[in-house]
Amino acid sequence: MLRFLFGRLWQSLVLLVIVSVIGFAVLNLAPGGPLSQFALTPGMTQAQLARIAHQMGLDRPLPVQYWEWFTRLLQGDWGRSYRDNQPVLAVIGSHLWATLLLMGTSTLISVLIGTWVGVLGAIRRYSIFDYAATVGAMVALSIPTFWFGLIAIYLFSLRLGWLPAGNMYTIGDGSVLDYAVHLIMPSLVLALVNVAVWSRYMRTAVLDVMNQDFVRTARAKGLTRFAVLMRHILRNALVPMITLLGLQLPTILGGALVTETVFTWPGMGRLFLDSLGYSDYPVVMGLLMLSAILVLIGNLMADIAVAVIDPRIRLG
Amino acid sequence: MADDHTPSWFRPSRRRVLTLMGASAAGLVAPGLLGRGAAFAAPPSEPTGQVIIGFSQEPTVFNPHMPHIEVDEGIHFSIFDPLFIVDEKGEFQPALATEVPSVENGGISKDGLHWKIKLRDGVKWHDGEPFTAEDVKFTIELLVNPDFKSWRRDGHELVENMTVVSPTELTFDLKSPYAPYPSILAATFIVPKHAFKDIDPNNAPFNNAPIGTGPFKWAERMAGDHITLDANKDYFGKGPYLERVIYKYIPDLTVLYTQFKTGDIDVVGLQWITPDKYAEAKDLPGKSVAVVPAATVESLSFNMGRPQFQDPKVRQALYYALDKQTIIDALYYGLPTPTETFMPQQSAYYNADLPKHEYDPEKAKSLLDEAGWKPGGDGIREKDGVKLAFTNSTTAGNHIREQAQQFIQQSFKDIGVDMSISNLPPAVMWGEYWMMSKFDSVVVGINFLTGSDPDVSNYLAPTSIPAKGGAGQNTWQYENEEVGKLLKQGGSTFVTEERKAAYVKLQEVVRKDLPFLPMFQYATVRGHKDGVEGVVPNVNVRIDSWDVGTWYWDK
Repeated sequence: MLRFLFGRLWQSLVLLVIVSVIGFAVLNLAPGGPLSQFALTPGMTQAQLARIAHQMGLDRPLPVQYWEWFTRLLQGDWGRSYRDNQPVLAVIGSHLWATLLLMGTSTLISVLIGTWVGVLGAIRRYSIFDYAATVGAMVALSIPTFWFGLIAIYLFSLRLGWLPAGNMYTIGDGSVLDYAVHLIMPSLVLALVNVAVWSRYMRTAVLDVMNQDFVRTARAKGLTRFAVLMRHILRNALVPMITLLGLQLPTILGGALVTETVFTWPGMGRLFLDSLGYSDYPVVMGLLMLSAILVLIGNLMADIAVAVIDPRIRLG
Repeated sequence: MADDHTPSWFRPSRRRVLTLMGASAAGLVAPGLLGRGAAFAAPPSEPTGQVIIGFSQEPTVFNPHMPHIEVDEGIHFSIFDPLFIVDEKGEFQPALATEVPSVENGGISKDGLHWKIKLRDGVKWHDGEPFTAEDVKFTIELLVNPDFKSWRRDGHELVENMTVVSPTELTFDLKSPYAPYPSILAATFIVPKHAFKDIDPNNAPFNNAPIGTGPFKWAERMAGDHITLDANKDYFGKGPYLERVIYKYIPDLTVLYTQFKTGDIDVVGLQWITPDKYAEAKDLPGKSVAVVPAATVESLSFNMGRPQFQDPKVRQALYYALDKQTIIDALYYGLPTPTETFMPQQSAYYNADLPKHEYDPEKAKSLLDEAGWKPGGDGIREKDGVKLAFTNSTTAGNHIREQAQQFIQQSFKDIGVDMSISNLPPAVMWGEYWMMSKFDSVVVGINFLTGSDPDVSNYLAPTSIPAKGGAGQNTWQYENEEVGKLLKQGGSTFVTEERKAAYVKLQEVVRKDLPFLPMFQYATVRGHKDGVEGVVPNVNVRIDSWDVGTWYWDK
């Protein structure tokens, strides 16, 4: 186990360096850059732009810029955002928890509902419920989130006035209840698609397990349907789900761009898009590195979790 | 406190004025009452309530002297004061200075070289420190400090011999007379010297927790979401009448409008309501929505370095072939105002007597025929081996403008001119491609003025061509010696009448030369809840909340 971990760690570090080189090159080689947004400012001159570029160190050769960024990173300095001059980790941190709140709530909802819809669909295969769930999932997957979010706002905020039209909390309030009320619409809109995805996966996984020999054996030795479902089928069907959940971890850094935009939720998706739009290289690089790290951790954790649940798999 | 700048603060709402006009016409209000203002909604004696302003971009730069975009200025105007401001009529009104320096009041010497600024006494920074002439001196020095990521040096670079005579008086000299300097000072927010003591100004804590003298104080920022400012109860000017102002970042224009409809935001700020929503928005109950002109002028701009555009007849012909009115009506919902010049029509220097544009494709064709541009085998006109074919670029993703381009493309094709469209993402478009004149032609919206000053040397002077090593943004590569002379003349005199003559003539010359085909002046659809009073559009500044200190709720 330990040897496995060390091997993985070593591979990961090499991978991270490669990711950073490619990311840095692609970002900087794309034409434009952080100063082009100032070009159409009244009174802006090429000389003034060149001066600012020089002060920001943007006029140095790319390898030099990369090396400086890299050595600083090794010392724990992620740099400062070009936009608001705050340390990169502070910028990311301030958006991270908004995303965790939204994605966490929504993932919880979608896993809970999705799992059971999938299980019911599998054990009552070809029933009305199963058909309804299948069609429902298709519809949910096909509706663009943007449109669905706007419809929800139109219905529940503009027409009925039940729920706020967006935002994470009422400025000046910020109580738990206030957050909860604001969470309802975005988390459900976001969950809708994921429920569809999870239920499909779960249905397939349960069907897979149900036809295996050990299930028949369990039934044959006199266990009730319910006991077989809970103890044997579910436990086995959940193994691929855990891998999936682990692989979903890095998407948290990407945030839920569309949902965040429609509901003006100050999360990671918007941070990423805004930082790209402003060519805020330090923040984009920070996000890139962190998501690469999360991808690696997510994979590793999924491997370990599967090994714990499934005794047939041994790491090493 | 002496109330020596009443005009700019005295802002009855339009609705109130209309009511009053109606009432007095019917003889119900004694004329004498008007002067006392008794019939106007009075602002509260204590700051009350809050206003939420929605912006579609996020303000992130709070040091007004570091590189920033226009939305950041919304925060700057709330927190800081310049020495004097430009009001909605384009007139200077004193702020931190007690009077606007001019040749008449002796603040500026006749030759424009010696300046004297008198400052208010008793003004305090938000942290309680007294404001003095040292702060003004520091601000101007910071702007030209080579170690500081300064936003703008023009004008400030000319300042020398700055002397603090007393805490309320400052004198300095200019190396050469520079008429736009008052306008530049009106956009220069004064920052506190003590906040930068012994630290790198680029990373001062001040930059993320600004301290000003303005009507509102920094309270809180939630990155990616909003900024809260609290009333500065010791403010020296009128106001603030609101306890709190909240700038809310709403990145999508559809969502911005929706939140305006639901009442989540009180005022729709920068990027405003999209023109296609105007018809619906103007009838929304409980909201005031109006079309407000902006200083930005949309044009089809030529790169005069290209052989296709050397012949003035070609540029004139293309202007005749441009169906402006259809573009405005069909694509922009009829909201923008057609224009013939780069000067905003609200400016005192606007030349209203320029020849009016006519859409006349036949005239365009005959002009080209006359000039010897004959259609070749493919129907495209050519002369001396030069084909009248060129590319046109603009920001990819600006859908209305892209449609306008396609429309223009068709109009030009009808007269035998081949314009192909090649659009680029904003970061590429306005980078070197634009700055170093690597385009054939572009569709672009430019605010030519700095504040309210008519000086456009930066854009039109023959010495401002970056592609030829000039410092400026004359990306048309437009070289006309007369233009250079007129700009010099207008930029060095402080006598308004002389200045006006120079800029009026300048507009005539540019209209004749047509380095760009002026299309229209932008119109924005702005809105706020009924009851928010004091929201006054000002074409001389870049942001809506320039006068937020005097906004209040009329309940």
